[in-house]
Amino acid sequence: MCTVTTGFADSRSEPEASTKTDGSRTVLPQAVADSPAAAATAKASARQIVCHLDPSRADDKIPGVRHILPRLVDALLLLWLVATLTFLLIHLAPGDPASLLVSPTATAEEIARQRAAFGLDGSLLAQYGRWLGALLQGDLGMSLALARPVRAVIADALPLSLLLGGVSLALSVIGGVAIGGWHGRRVGTRADTVVTVLSTTMYAAPSFWLALAVLVIATSGPAVLGAPAWMRLPAFGVHTPAATLSGWPNIVDIARHALLPILVLALPGIAGIARYARVAIADAWAAPHVRAAEARGLSAQRVRRWYVTRNAVSPIIVLVGLALPGVVAGSVFVEQVFAWPGLGRTMLQAIGSRDYPVVLGLTVVYAAVVIAANLLAEVTVRALDPRRSVA
Amino acid sequence: MKTHSAFSDRRVLVGALVLSGLTLGALLGPALSPGDPVAIGDVMQSRLRPPMSTGPSGALHVLGTDAFGRDVLARVWIAARLSLAVGLIGSLLAGTLGIALGALGAWVGGALDRALLALGNALLAIPRLVLLLVIAALWGPGLPTVVTVLALTGWMGVARLVRSEVLGVRETAYIEAATALGVPPGRVLRRHVLPNALGAAVVAVTLGVGNAILLESGLSFLGLGIQPPAPSWGNMIAGGREWLLIAPWIALAPGITLIATVVSCTLIGDGLMRGPSTAPAEAARS
Repeated sequence: MCTVTTGFADSRSEPEASTKTDGSRTVLPQAVADSPAAAATAKASARQIVCHLDPSRADDKIPGVRHILPRLVDALLLLWLVATLTFLLIHLAPGDPASLLVSPTATAEEIARQRAAFGLDGSLLAQYGRWLGALLQGDLGMSLALARPVRAVIADALPLSLLLGGVSLALSVIGGVAIGGWHGRRVGTRADTVVTVLSTTMYAAPSFWLALAVLVIATSGPAVLGAPAWMRLPAFGVHTPAATLSGWPNIVDIARHALLPILVLALPGIAGIARYARVAIADAWAAPHVRAAEARGLSAQRVRRWYVTRNAVSPIIVLVGLALPGVVAGSVFVEQVFAWPGLGRTMLQAIGSRDYPVVLGLTVVYAAVVIAANLLAEVTVRALDPRRSVA
Repeated sequence: MKTHSAFSDRRVLVGALVLSGLTLGALLGPALSPGDPVAIGDVMQSRLRPPMSTGPSGALHVLGTDAFGRDVLARVWIAARLSLAVGLIGSLLAGTLGIALGALGAWVGGALDRALLALGNALLAIPRLVLLLVIAALWGPGLPTVVTVLALTGWMGVARLVRSEVLGVRETAYIEAATALGVPPGRVLRRHVLPNALGAAVVAVTLGVGNAILLESGLSFLGLGIQPPAPSWGNMIAGGREWLLIAPWIALAPGITLIATVVSCTLIGDGLMRGPSTAPAEAARS
């Protein structure tokens, strides 16, 4: 949630400076810097003119590898930085994880053996070197609490989180853009005010509270109304306990369990995206060339499809990239309330049991997902927006 | 933000009114409420009373009592003190840190600037809640940790804003003039650059207050923030969780107060920023 807000606030002033300062910007600010709604239109066309005049850019016809490769390198460097920061954060924290691993009566040799087994011996630098070397081979170490490889722990949880996050993100985008587009056309009307108030409130609702509210409504509501049993949605876990299902019944069972968590994740997502889609669409409608198209007497449908939608697409794609951390954060609470064993719940359990390797591994995975999403958003914007493929 | 005051924007006015009401309640409310909001008294007699009922002592519980017989309204007010203070201080500290680091990077430039940018980007790549969880868990929960952590994880956006503003202002003629007149660089930065680069940062900090309050309540809900018996909206909701079906008001009251607070902060921030605004659309239409 927070990143969307700051990211968008940034976008209002960033492009001024970023275009003329340094070329070494990394992925995130780039995505943000290019994100302002129609404010960038004028700047982009100005840039285009400059490019036409600049002979050194004349051969720059193919926007592809040349643009993506440096971003990819930036993204990998950023990921390394995140990994290093997290490693330092965890290893400089007070308390010795090794002391939790052994019984209080353990001898010095036993403690030393445990340390070596979990890679906790040697200097900080040596530990860092070993950990980074293993990380490069895809090895995230051993979980202290579960005595399993961290990679296996994450591999179990990741698909479940991707299911919740992916479906709710898709719903958020579709719903948010539909609603935002609808009242972005009606700015200043009473309907616009009502929808804006609703979306602002929904956006502000903490997801853990929303989860509890939905839980009460979905569990006691059908019971109070005397609805049939199949309408009462399960509120906990992924599978019905003790049921051995396979094939379609199993999929239906998982879908029924996923419905409420997805709803709780999607509602603030829809509200958040609608808030910004409204501005993007309103700005796109107000752009001079759209007004010219309207004045020429083109049909409303044609104007919407060819002039408005194309202009509003890039800020919305960037927004989706920026919305991702919000979905991640929301899923921590939602997975906790609905006992959904995804990444968020695994993270909370690892924090509770001071399972440092799992915390470290999960943070790196989270950051990798966020960085990848931003990179993807940026590449997509470049591919879809003809104005940016030149710059 | 014209001279005829920011309150001419209706959103700012509504937000400011709600926040003032909450602040007033936080200051005076506990004194006017029945019973001690933290201590646990004669539980069996007074617990789980519905809103607008009277307790054994004849005191009126406007929002009912919780599972330990404590007045919910009084606890909401006490928690408001905590949440508003944590949100405000956390966001102000984050803002100050962001302004300092952003201006420093832009002003000094070179390796320091690149290092600060890289650090900011790395911290932004980790979802803030995850970062908060990790730090709060490692350094132990509690009020000082929450505030520190909010500041340490919230400065990046402001720093980026201020940095780009400073880079823009630095190129202007009046800065060049000040430098040419022999004003020392530190003084140019303080007196001429920063005041002109702060507008956007103020908006970001305002929006940050709501965010900080949400994050604090989230941490407290998970048991990693403010620890009971001290009430916080987050841990009140966590406490009401097991009574949802019998006594929904325990979780409902802090939840609604929390939403009202965050909405007010968003309204003020939106109003100050003039966006998600309709300004361009309206200007084009007129």
